[in-house]
Amino acid sequence: MPMYMLSVVQDGTEAFDTMPKEELQRIGADVDAFSDTVREAGKWVFAGGLEPIEASTVVDGRGESPVITDGPFSESKEYLGGFWIISAADLDEALDWAARGSKACRARVEVRPFDEATG
Amino acid sequence: MTDVEEVFRAEYGRVVAGLVRRFGDIDVAEEALADALVIALERWPRDGVPPNPAAWLTRVAGNKAIDRLRREKVRDEKYAEAAMLTDDTPAEPSGPVTDDRLRLIFTCCHPALAPENRIALTLRLLGGLTVAEIAHAFLVPETTMAQRITRAKAKIKQTRIPYRVPTGDDLPNRMAGVLTVLYLIFNEGYLSTTAASVREDLCTEAIRLTRQLREASAALGPQPEVLGLLALMLLLDARRPARVRDGVLVTLPDQDRSAWNADQIEEGHALVRQCLALNRPGPYQIQAAINAVHTDAPDVSSVDWSQVVTLYDQLATLTPSPIVALNRAVAVAELDGPQVALAIVEDLDLGSYHAFHATRADLLRRLGRFDEAREAYGQAIALTENEAERAWLAGRQASCLTA
Repeated sequence: MPMYMLSVVQDGTEAFDTMPKEELQRIGADVDAFSDTVREAGKWVFAGGLEPIEASTVVDGRGESPVITDGPFSESKEYLGGFWIISAADLDEALDWAARGSKACRARVEVRPFDEATG
Repeated sequence: MTDVEEVFRAEYGRVVAGLVRRFGDIDVAEEALADALVIALERWPRDGVPPNPAAWLTRVAGNKAIDRLRREKVRDEKYAEAAMLTDDTPAEPSGPVTDDRLRLIFTCCHPALAPENRIALTLRLLGGLTVAEIAHAFLVPETTMAQRITRAKAKIKQTRIPYRVPTGDDLPNRMAGVLTVLYLIFNEGYLSTTAASVREDLCTEAIRLTRQLREASAALGPQPEVLGLLALMLLLDARRPARVRDGVLVTLPDQDRSAWNADQIEEGHALVRQCLALNRPGPYQIQAAINAVHTDAPDVSSVDWSQVVTLYDQLATLTPSPIVALNRAVAVAELDGPQVALAIVEDLDLGSYHAFHATRADLLRRLGRFDEAREAYGQAIALTENEAERAWLAGRQASCLTA
């Protein structure tokens, strides 16, 4: 079955730092519940939440020796906050899961199919 | 257009939709149908058009597709499997709907495709227009339009946009999306920024596609908004012959009503009555009803303006927007006078919309505030691209000078 990556788009408006603890817990519980639903439906492949964008390091190994730099690879305000990889029969099914995931994690979700040749 | 081409265009959507279902691939379907056209162009003029051209084209194109797939020795197993299918009967119908065109239009109008790509794909696959014709109608280079269509088809394939009629809660939303695409095609012709006649063909094409949708969606039960959109298009299109005179726009009150297309008006009114009987109002139905009030009046003085305002109130409840409020104000001006209407218009945040300035200008002119009217006409002209409309606005602006 085709696989889709559901990427959680963080755009800096989330203010997790200042959010009350209860609200954070509620979001966490909703995300867990969504992930459980994906598993129960047999659509789960893999998923993960990522540490904040400040935790990223870029490695460029194209030259003689690798160059290591602090920070994200792009200056974009938007960054990947986490992802689910699911299997779905078609785009409509993937979009339906994405809509539920988006509601659970309070963020937009980008849906992108895996290249079947490498999948 | 030759007879063969006309038949081909009329049957294109039905045949290509069936081939897409059978072979599961839009490109395979299109190429096979193009092969079939070559044979039709050779045989039909000689032997006559077959009694059931759609069946003939389906059979010939189906054989061509199988030939081609065998010849190309396609490695992909799915294609090989499809090529071995010799059964022409529908695969598994999804739900009660069996019209392949309906599945295909939902694919073409899928929200995951860019709006301009939905339009192009719908005209190509359901309308059977050539890429060159679509490019011409939208005033873009043919290569641009070809890329647009190729990209849309690639996205359908890569992301697996399904070839299926949406079910349950998805259906109303997705049907609304299909209707939006059809109305955009119509408006591209009706409100075109140039007077090129090829763009008027888009009105005819949009009406044909909406009729096709009405037919194809019959198995879903009555779809009042589909009927409403068809009625709206017919009632607008009926007035097309009277809308422009000597390159100048003629507004509704000044139009020669005898030039209106009586058949289209009759059909539009019948559809509006049908919608009323179904009693599930929606935005297109209400807009059609508003136009029916206009086309119902034998002359401009007998338009039932209170009815028009009531309908705009209903429309504003369903789809509140400043544009609806602006159009409502035009009717209010007839009912309660320009002063009341102007007060409504002044409150609207529509400064970048030419119709806002044109409406405001007209109300100011009627109130004798000519200096302000002239300025507002100027703002409207600056924001209008349509030549006929600019000419009309300029005429009005000049009349404020002599008054």
